[in-house]
This record gives sequence, C-alpha cells and structure tokens, in this order.
Amino acid sequence: MSIGEVIIFSLIKILIIVGLLFLTVAYLVYFERKVSAWAQNRIGPNRVGWKGVLQPFADVFKLLLKEDIVPEKSDRIIHALAPMIALFVAFTTFAVIPFGPDVKIFGYNIPLVVADVNIGVLFILALTSLGVYAITLAGWSSGSKYSLLGGIRSSAQMISYEISMGFSVGGVLLLSESLRPIAIVQSQSGWMWNAIIQPIGFITFVVSAFAETNRLPFDLPEAEPELVGGFHTEYSSMKFAGFFLSEYANMTIASAFIVTLYLGGWQIPYIDLLGLPSGLVIVLQVGAFIFKLVAMLFFFLWIRWSLPRFRYDQLMSLGWKVMFPLSLINIIWVALLIMVFGL
Amino acid sequence: MALKSIKRREKDLTFLEKLYIPEILKGLTLTFKNMIRPKFTFEYPEEKFIPPSSYRGRPVLVEDSNGEERCVACGLCSRVCPALAIEVQAGETEREKERYPEKFEINMLRCIFCGFCEEVCPEEAIIMSKDYELAFSNREDAIYGKDKLLVPISQIQDKIDFLRQYK
Repeated sequence: MSIGEVIIFSLIKILIIVGLLFLTVAYLVYFERKVSAWAQNRIGPNRVGWKGVLQPFADVFKLLLKEDIVPEKSDRIIHALAPMIALFVAFTTFAVIPFGPDVKIFGYNIPLVVADVNIGVLFILALTSLGVYAITLAGWSSGSKYSLLGGIRSSAQMISYEISMGFSVGGVLLLSESLRPIAIVQSQSGWMWNAIIQPIGFITFVVSAFAETNRLPFDLPEAEPELVGGFHTEYSSMKFAGFFLSEYANMTIASAFIVTLYLGGWQIPYIDLLGLPSGLVIVLQVGAFIFKLVAMLFFFLWIRWSLPRFRYDQLMSLGWKVMFPLSLINIIWVALLIMVFGL
Repeated sequence: MALKSIKRREKDLTFLEKLYIPEILKGLTLTFKNMIRPKFTFEYPEEKFIPPSSYRGRPVLVEDSNGEERCVACGLCSRVCPALAIEVQAGETEREKERYPEKFEINMLRCIFCGFCEEVCPEEAIIMSKDYELAFSNREDAIYGKDKLLVPISQIQDKIDFLRQYK
C-alpha cells in the first residue's frame, strides 16, 4: 500500500472508532444508570425517547447549557487544561486496541486496528499513567481543599497500583513474547486464554484496572460522601462533562485492554474447525470482541453497585502488601509454566 | 496505653473471608438477584397509588344516598381541630331540632391530616378520604368550601366500612 492509501484507511478507521467510542461512552452512562436502578429495584431513566434511550443526549445538552464556573483562586489555564488531558488520554489509547483479525477488502489487507504499534502495550500503560496528571492537576488548580485531597489520593493510588498492573502484564508478555497487541491476541488461540492460564495475574490486573480507572471500590479521588466531589468539585458545565466522559471512556479502554490481554481478544475458540466462510468468521470475531467488551463493562458497573468503597489505608495496604506480591508470584508461575511445558 | 483500649473484633476473619474473592462473589450474586426482581417503582402520573382504607387523605363531607349532607353543624370538628383549619356556620332546617352547615370551610393549607375531626364526628359526616392529590396555585384555592368537600357516599363506602370495623 502506498502512503496515501495508508493515510486514507487510517482516517476512516479513526473516524469509525472515535464515533463508536463516543456512542459507547454515551450509552455506557445510560447503561450505568439503568444497572444502578435495577440493582436497587428501580426502573431508571425512561422518559426521554423509547425506554429513555435518548437520555444521554439530553444529559449532554443540559450540561452544555449550564454556566461554566471557574473559582476565583484557581489557576485558570491548568484548570481548563486538566479535563482536556483527561479526554485526550482516554481517547488516544484506543488506537492500539485490535478489535478483529486482518480483513481483505478490494484487494487490500487491512488490519482492524488504527495503529499496529509494536510497543502497543507499553503505549497503553504509558498513556493511562498520564491520565493521573489530569486528576492531580485538576485537584491542584481548583484552589479547594476537597479537590486537593482528591488529587493527592489519586496520585498515591496510581503509584501503588501501577506497579502491580505492570507486573501482571509482565506475565502476559512472557507468554506472547511480544508487546504488539495483535501478537498477544494471536498467542491466545483456542482456550489458551491468559485468564485461564494465569488466573492470579488476571485477578491482580482486573483489580489494578479498577483502581486505575477510579471506579468503585477504588473511587477515592471522588469519594462523594467525604470529599464532596473530590477532584471535580470545582468543575461545572462541559469541563465537568469532560471528566465524566473520560471516566467512562477509560472504563471502555480498560475493558478492551482486559479483553485483549486476558480474554483472547477477538478470538472464538476453535471457530476455524467449523469450516465457515472467512467473511462470516471475521464478522463473528468482531462480534465476539464486542460481546466480551460489553460483558466486561457490565462487570465494571455490577461491581460498582455491589461493593462499598475501600478506606484510604486499606487501599494502600492492599496495593503494596497483597497485589504487588501476588503479581510477582504470577510472573514466577508463568515462568515455571514456560520452563516445564515449554508453552 | 492507647493501643490497649482498642477493642478486638469478636471474631477474626477466616482465611476464606480474608481472600475477599468468595465474599465479593456472594455480594455480586445478591445484587444480581435484585436486578432481576420485580420493580417497586410507581410511574406516578400514569400509574396511581391506591392507598389502603386506613389512609388519611383529604377530609370530605359525606353526602347521603338521598342527596342530603349528614353534617348537623354541631361544630365538634372545628372545636377539636388542632390546626384551627375548620370553620362551621350553622343554619336551621325545617325539621325539628336539626341544623345544617350554612358554611363549612376547611383551609387545606392548615390541615395536618390528623383525623381528629373524623374521630370526633358523631354523625359519621366528615371522613378522611383517600384523595392525596392536593395542589393549588394560590391561597384562595386552598380554602375548600362545601362545593369541594361534599362527596357522594358511594365514593367513600370502603372507608366508612373500615371505620365501622376498627373505630
């Protein structure tokens, strides 16, 4: 393919993915409200449109029409910059997540990923770590004690969970022998899903992902009952919506990342034995990826409405004293598997 | 020492409980069960709550089946009303020794729905109905006169039956 064609195909893929991601995030908010309602024996939003399906758009319009309040003692530039960083990080990460195998259209071989980077996993880890700057800067620039406390909590939480997250990924990398997300997915053919081979690593990674995305039970930077709204106490209108959207986008990305690393990505075990036409197989595989993603997202919401928030010190001791050693044990376990069975 | 005053837990967590994961799964099954349970929500304006007979809603005056009001304007309800919401003005009827209310007003902004008027009424003439939709746009509308208070007996029969049984 020539450079021009690469650019055109990339642009098309970027448009599709960003559009889909916005839609996913909008409907994730709606879904979250529905799931919370179900968990509490309520009905949930059902007034705007059929069964309330237009609710997310109503929410966005409402937020757009609100007054944008900036506190007097805030650092105006950083205050405005923080939600942008949050959104940027949230939407950039999706570039390296593969959601299907290579497709052949009009004689072109198109991989179903925006950027097939050979350090994809590292890219995601690096960018998600940048996400903490958004929250810490938001907390610091607001000029409010609650925001500051939220920001501090966020950075402390990130430091303690980033390590166990990195080490859990280490186990996956040992098996796939590559940092390319596509190679990682391909290494999990059949039932060789990493979630089954290395359950400890799976659990530590999922827990760390919850902490990374600030979701309950680890939503200490927000902690409504203690810190009003945590880091976004002083945010209103579309800036608040920026944080809100980025939280849900981060959730989507964490789910996609978990699916890619541990749940076999787009793979359906032994589908090639059925002898289906290749076009159908690809559609089924993209469908499988979306299904796994939605299941993982539901799990995120389900956990939120089941578990109470951790105390600050419990969070720290869990991160350093439990998650960190467990992820180390996982690496040793995977290394032993490779040594003994030569996987 | 400060440390000694810390109370130990009555029962330490067992190993399984310390693992968190089985306990989390227990919690998750509980919330999932709740998700598929029938919902309690009333979608109010479309779907109305029908209160039980013991409900104390807006007080009404009973209009007997022959089209006459039961009230004899004794003034007991006005007397007992703790919020001073009821005002009765008696008038003479053609019948011997019997009166009727010329004016019977309940100020719904004052009414506290205590049901004392219903309890004290010797004629079973004032009844706390099941009507709870009381909204007004100005203070004048909140003073209910006889035109709004009189309700045919057929509409509140179940409430009267309940009172006869339990009062």
